[in-house]
Amino acid sequence: MAEFTLPSNSKISDKGNVFAAPPGAVRTKTFKIYRWSPDDGQNPRYDSYTIDLDACGPMVLDALIKIKGEIDPTLTFRRSCREGICGSCSMNIDGTNTLACTQAIEDVKGDVKITPLPHMQVVKDLVPDMTHFYAQYASIKPWLQTVTPAPAMKERIQSPQDREKLDGLYECIMCACCSTACPSYWWNSDRFLGPAVLLQAYRWLADSRDEATGERLDQLEDPFRLYRCHTIMNCANVCPKGLNPAKAIAEIKKMMVVRAV
Amino acid sequence: MASRNGSEAYKIIDHAYDAVVIGAGGSGLRATMGIAETGLKTACITKVFPTRSHTVAAQGGIAAALGNMGPDHWTWHMYDTVKGSDWLGDQDAIEYLCREAPAAVYELEHFGVPFSRTNEGKIYQRAFGGMTQDMGEGPAAQRTCAAADRTGHAMLHALYQQSLKHDADFYIEYFAIDLIMVDGECRGVIAINMEDGSIHRFRAHSVVLATGGYGRAYFSATSAHTSTGDGGGMALRAGLPLQDMEFVQFHPTGIYGAGVLITEGARGEGGYLTNSQGDRFMERYAPSAKDLASRDVVSRSMAMEMREGRGVGAEGDHIFLHLDHIDPKILHERLPGISETAKIFAGVDVTRAPIPVTPTVHYNMGGIPTNYWGEVVTLKDGEPDTVVPGLYAVGEAACVSVHGANRLGSNSLIDLVVFGRATGHRIGQTVKPMTALPPLPRDSADFAIGRLDALRFSKGGSPTAAVRLAMQKTMQSNCAVFRNTEILDEGIRKIDAVYQQMADIGISDRSLVFNTDLVEALELDNMIGQAVVTMHSAANRKESRGAHMHEDYPNRNDETWMKHSIGWFRDGKVSLDVRPVHQYTLTDEVSYIKPKARVY
Repeated sequence: MAEFTLPSNSKISDKGNVFAAPPGAVRTKTFKIYRWSPDDGQNPRYDSYTIDLDACGPMVLDALIKIKGEIDPTLTFRRSCREGICGSCSMNIDGTNTLACTQAIEDVKGDVKITPLPHMQVVKDLVPDMTHFYAQYASIKPWLQTVTPAPAMKERIQSPQDREKLDGLYECIMCACCSTACPSYWWNSDRFLGPAVLLQAYRWLADSRDEATGERLDQLEDPFRLYRCHTIMNCANVCPKGLNPAKAIAEIKKMMVVRAV
Repeated sequence: MASRNGSEAYKIIDHAYDAVVIGAGGSGLRATMGIAETGLKTACITKVFPTRSHTVAAQGGIAAALGNMGPDHWTWHMYDTVKGSDWLGDQDAIEYLCREAPAAVYELEHFGVPFSRTNEGKIYQRAFGGMTQDMGEGPAAQRTCAAADRTGHAMLHALYQQSLKHDADFYIEYFAIDLIMVDGECRGVIAINMEDGSIHRFRAHSVVLATGGYGRAYFSATSAHTSTGDGGGMALRAGLPLQDMEFVQFHPTGIYGAGVLITEGARGEGGYLTNSQGDRFMERYAPSAKDLASRDVVSRSMAMEMREGRGVGAEGDHIFLHLDHIDPKILHERLPGISETAKIFAGVDVTRAPIPVTPTVHYNMGGIPTNYWGEVVTLKDGEPDTVVPGLYAVGEAACVSVHGANRLGSNSLIDLVVFGRATGHRIGQTVKPMTALPPLPRDSADFAIGRLDALRFSKGGSPTAAVRLAMQKTMQSNCAVFRNTEILDEGIRKIDAVYQQMADIGISDRSLVFNTDLVEALELDNMIGQAVVTMHSAANRKESRGAHMHEDYPNRNDETWMKHSIGWFRDGKVSLDVRPVHQYTLTDEVSYIKPKARVY
């Protein structure tokens, strides 16, 4: 990947703080964490925290919480469920976008380098601005659209086979690991919807209960919104839930072809 | 208002709404939609993006007597819920819950929730603890509607998706600090926008607290880090009591060590527990329901096995949950989420080995007392059902009370949508659109900003994390599954001392931009009052009922204690009183279910 020169206020300064391991620690690990606050006019930096693994839980999130609780309360990151279902703690760990709560520390060789999700505006430290990502999600009208009225005091019928078509789609936790790992999304995120939102778009196209397939495909039929996917497959490689957005995008493209012939 | 600590004055941005909902989990989103549908100007304030709320972590399902798997009736659901509550639940509210449950589930399906399906294409329902047929006389009922083992996730995402369709304003990553109370009425709320630190004053005719439970007051909880009971903290500071706080549910199957939840649906699909001797011990404690007895019973039985030296592991401090006898195809179809969770957090392949589990704090039956319309009530001038004008509470933050002394699994998700919806109806009936909001006193924001400012510049020697840990350890050791006078009296001394330590708190981050150091201090301030009231209420209840097992008073005592505890927390002091349990139903279609011995 090409490297471009960053504006001077974005260059990483080499003046990071270093916090040494507590005395007597036997098994230690160093976390190099991206720090930046809009408040102090300083350039970003990496702070380095060495912690005692014998006094820490197994996951990267455990280490972040330990650092915030015991070493440096100013360290800022999002977290909530700590079990990989809420999607709050997505970040780049050791070069890969993932959830801090399900990433085992021992699976990272050497120092653990942590940065915010790539190519996102940073609010502070590891907190990216997700506004645009959420707006793109809303733009696909991610709700069940029907013309047929819902049956009174009954469910809509859906066969187990039709329901199975939603597996691998509905489980998305909107962590944005995939979209922010996609080079095509980096360059064109203003107009390309990106893998997470397209996976969601396909989740509704694949739902036997939804009756807006034509309109949904019309909305996606656009050189940028859909067709900036070049099957790079980073999305499928990083998804912490094991989903395959690239395949969902391919399914949408197939539907486009089928309706064109 | 000026900062007392030398920084510039806080600018206040004013908003006016008919209704403001605080919290965007299942109940908050359902309430927001319901209010917006009536044409009222509605805002929803949430400290996390809606799909990050803790509803997302619910696994097993949502209870409703649809009868898709066999005979069922809402009165049977009601009987089970009353028995599960150990007769502390209000039967008018329980009738409302169970009667409305099927409509609420069909509504979710119509919203697009991807429920698992039966062969006929109907919503799949599984067995859950305490759910039976024929008013407790029949076999287990399959009543819990499931989307694999990700029901909360499926539901929360669908509710958020629906809310995008509605005309409500969302204030995301805004942290509510305090209610604006004027002469005993709620007139709005003060919140901070975490992204830039700006202060927002929301004036409203109605404020709905949908802020969830305070599970994080304990050291080991299945609850999210954000489950800090912020609404309960706000209610206490507003001079309102909290109800039945001593009833804290321990879920039988939290993963040993990590505390992460393994759904009761695992036992609903045929899983079972064993001790170090490989003995299926639940057969001894609950001969009929066995592993599907209610949660308080199973958790206590597990704790008893461990106490008597039959726990597994080197320390004998956990129990095994077996799924390895179940067809891997079924596990893949119905329990894919917990199969993954067990692998990640326990290193266990569930098709081959048992999961190490231990009872883990999971749910607060107690909370802000309300009636079944969601209106907050209090004991005032001897009247126990006095409505607090303008204030509502729903979901785990509230105590309606439908769960009484012990909640049945899958009754919380149904509670969220039924009472979220009821609250929307009530506000729609009582607030006329576009009516003027009464003027507020000039100092309406001072209390909230004063607290914020004091914490933001706090310089004491105790970091938030240290005080929080002391609180969590105290609750874990002194207010757990088994309680007695000595442990609880010591608990009161210890938790009161932790509360005193709040005066010595000191934070490090003075910034106003995404200051999570400050937010965690505010969250701790919300939790600590509830922890104190919980401990005092537990020490005060001299009987055993549901989740409250007092070993010096091992029996239920209906004569003296069929009452809701209520507790205020003012100037660092707890005062306790009681409200009567509603021993009547809502309609004549079902009669009051009389107390009897609770055997599973």
